[in-house]
Amino acid sequence: MDFILQPWPWYVGGPLIALVLFLYFYFGKNFGASTNFETICSIAGAGKISDYFKKDWKERDYAILFVVGLIIGGFLSANFLTPDKTMDLNSNTVKELTEMGFTNIGNQYFPTEIFSKEALFSLKGFLILLVSGFCVGFGTRYAGGCTSGHSITGLSSLQLPSLLATIGFFIGGIISVWLLIPLLF
Amino acid sequence: MKKLRFLFLGIFFAIILSKAQVISWYRYIEMFRFESFHMFGIIGSAVVISALLMLLFKSGKIKDIDGNKIVPKEKNKGYIRTLLGGSIFGLGWGLSGACAAPVFVILGFETLPAIVILIGALLGALLYGILSKKLPN
Repeated sequence: MDFILQPWPWYVGGPLIALVLFLYFYFGKNFGASTNFETICSIAGAGKISDYFKKDWKERDYAILFVVGLIIGGFLSANFLTPDKTMDLNSNTVKELTEMGFTNIGNQYFPTEIFSKEALFSLKGFLILLVSGFCVGFGTRYAGGCTSGHSITGLSSLQLPSLLATIGFFIGGIISVWLLIPLLF
Repeated sequence: MKKLRFLFLGIFFAIILSKAQVISWYRYIEMFRFESFHMFGIIGSAVVISALLMLLFKSGKIKDIDGNKIVPKEKNKGYIRTLLGGSIFGLGWGLSGACAAPVFVILGFETLPAIVILIGALLGALLYGILSKKLPN
């Protein structure tokens, strides 16, 4: 029980993610997460706006169940399985974030400065969340996958497009972390 | 009923992402600043083990539950779409730390902010769908 409640090191997390990929394929489906954004659009009736979404989403019922599982798992983890949300962060990272005005660094999963109600109900905070989501939705669909579909499934099956996509993920991430976040905070 | 296994797999995946701190915003900052091994260890070990699994899938040593050969889908080969699309995704990923699977997991932790991120993601996917035929490949 102790092990379940403690934070898991990388050498537990990484192999378990590979196990999820294995089971996903073993159950007969292609592992990935971001196609679900399209599926949800289809369910919500986006087919009326664009033919792109005129798809039979019932063929992806398994993926919707997976998403429901993610949500349930998130609630279980948040409320029962992660009593210790502190993490040992690199001291340089902590120093840089402190200089930008971040507080309580590494004592929680999500920074107060972006995820608190005060941040959410400010124009800046709301836009950070909405625009970052927009980039995630648009970018993953344009690139044809996210970290699961490209960086794990695609890279491990030695697909060149997935290498390019992963390079792109890092280009964008580096711009955000080195330029945008220091500009915004 | 067979499909319920995907529900349990989703719960399991969410617990892994939560427990290994893969949903933590701070872990992404560290990763993109190249100041911590944690995320690279997670993604790297997942990729290496998955690559071995892919070999077993390819050689037919492991078949799926119904006895069919496992063939991962081929990704679209466009250079612009993967690099540009990937970079746009990276911008969002670096800002809020919300990747495509974690955004659903974060709903359990920070419900309201995650709903805003999710609405953004759905609008993004919607715009992509509308423009899909006009965007460079």
